Amino acid sequence: MKASKSPSLLALLAFGFIFLLWQLAARYSGWSAQVFPGPIKVLTAMGELISNGTLLKHSVASLFRVTAGFYLAILFGIPLGIVLGRLRIARQFLNPIIQFLRPISPLAWIPLAMLWFGIGDKPAVFLIFLSSFFPLVVSTAIAANSIDPTFFQVASNFNFSRIEVVTKIVVPGMLPDVVTALRITITIAWLVVVAAEMIAVQSGLGYLILDSRNALRMDYVMDAMIVIGIIGLLLDHIMRRLGRIDSVCWGPNSH
Amino acid sequence: MLGTEFTLRRNAMAHVVIKNLAKEFINRRQKHRLGDDTDVGFGDNVLVLDNINLEFFEGEMVCILGPSGCGKSTLLRIIAGFEPVFSGQILINGKQNGGPCSDNIFVFQHSALMPWMTVWENVGLGLRRLKDKELKKEKIQEFVAMVELEGFEHHYPRQLSGGMQRRAELARALAVNPDMLIMDEPFSGLDFLTHMKMREEVVNMHEYICKTTLIVTHDIDDALIMGDRIVVMSGRPSIVKLERKLDFPHPRNFEKEPDLSKLRDEVFLMLGVSYAV
Repeated sequence: MKASKSPSLLALLAFGFIFLLWQLAARYSGWSAQVFPGPIKVLTAMGELISNGTLLKHSVASLFRVTAGFYLAILFGIPLGIVLGRLRIARQFLNPIIQFLRPISPLAWIPLAMLWFGIGDKPAVFLIFLSSFFPLVVSTAIAANSIDPTFFQVASNFNFSRIEVVTKIVVPGMLPDVVTALRITITIAWLVVVAAEMIAVQSGLGYLILDSRNALRMDYVMDAMIVIGIIGLLLDHIMRRLGRIDSVCWGPNSH
Repeated sequence: MLGTEFTLRRNAMAHVVIKNLAKEFINRRQKHRLGDDTDVGFGDNVLVLDNINLEFFEGEMVCILGPSGCGKSTLLRIIAGFEPVFSGQILINGKQNGGPCSDNIFVFQHSALMPWMTVWENVGLGLRRLKDKELKKEKIQEFVAMVELEGFEHHYPRQLSGGMQRRAELARALAVNPDMLIMDEPFSGLDFLTHMKMREEVVNMHEYICKTTLIVTHDIDDALIMGDRIVVMSGRPSIVKLERKLDFPHPRNFEKEPDLSKLRDEVFLMLGVSYAV
């Protein structure tokens, strides 16, 4: 009990400390409250944004885009990762292309995304898809490739069909690593959504930041930042819970 | 030839016949480094097994001994179909060995239970094609009970002790009703008491189901206590140095059987150790 309570207490303490530091910095920085608002101003502004529904609307819009892009990435990335991890020929064929495209920042795709998909959700979803797709493919391929070969021998010993090898060995065998990869990837996707929303859409937390800047409301900008942080934390938490399911967390490094 | 000198308790049909088996490992790394222009036979290939001739009879438990790295595990893996034959022949029930199948179940040196499946699911692996759900349930229950794992059906392998994991794997192997069990150092890594207990259980299991069982071990006492026959192999390249039928009743005891004791000294010497240190 004591051990589980004290870390969150320490975390609270750290937030309190930051709060204090922020207040002091805002007070004595010499910038006006409009340029560098203190925590109290920001929290009151947040109250406004919550009560008029703006914050909820933009959060839902951002979450929708991340979910759509992320699911698309899972849908295409994980099967491709399995193929790359298990078939040497596919790896030799596709790996160079993937390694070449991977270091290109999803933000570099913005002009093309806008040209191809126009204005609206589509280019943003596309950018999020790109940002999650490559890390997912690569980590799934590594996970599928590093499954203990003994299990495949057991599978052949027990007359497994090809489909059974995939469903009973490959998928559960790579699951702990893939869940870890999902956790990292959703964080990347969440990072990218904010940038994507600054270019092509009229909603979302990224848009809120941009719009508030244009209105010179730095308190709203900070509110959006805080909400982005909180949602990021929640997403990570959900992903971590996923890794605690019994048939998932068999792996040596998950406990 | 060899079969004639045995007075077998059981069905004397040859289950596995190994003829002139040899196995070479190709050392790929060295080949790459040297390139193709080096002389052939620069020791880039390792001859592991050389001209092995053996017969295993139906229902027999054979223990294969040998110094470490001599290729006894490789021999088992070839019999199980995991490794291709290099030269020579392996006949199982008179037929060429056609790759791994559930007639010959391999029990791995380190637990090869699927860590993402419960004991129940692992034991049920070989019964997954069974249409009759009730029968399947009954059978899994039977084999779980046989290895005394009742109450642990829904545990994951990581929640079991080393000995329990081995027993679960044994149950999984037996549940398929294989013709032959191939065990690669089945007791390695177990503590002394668990080791003794597992040994007893394997002997009892064998008395009960009478399946052809091949066991590779480096433990001479294990081989002499358990085997209907022992095969001693030499170091690399491995040849069969000694084959001996063990006609001693179970439970065996070195003090009560002076012949067994003598054989132990002989085997120790053969493997290059004087037992009377």
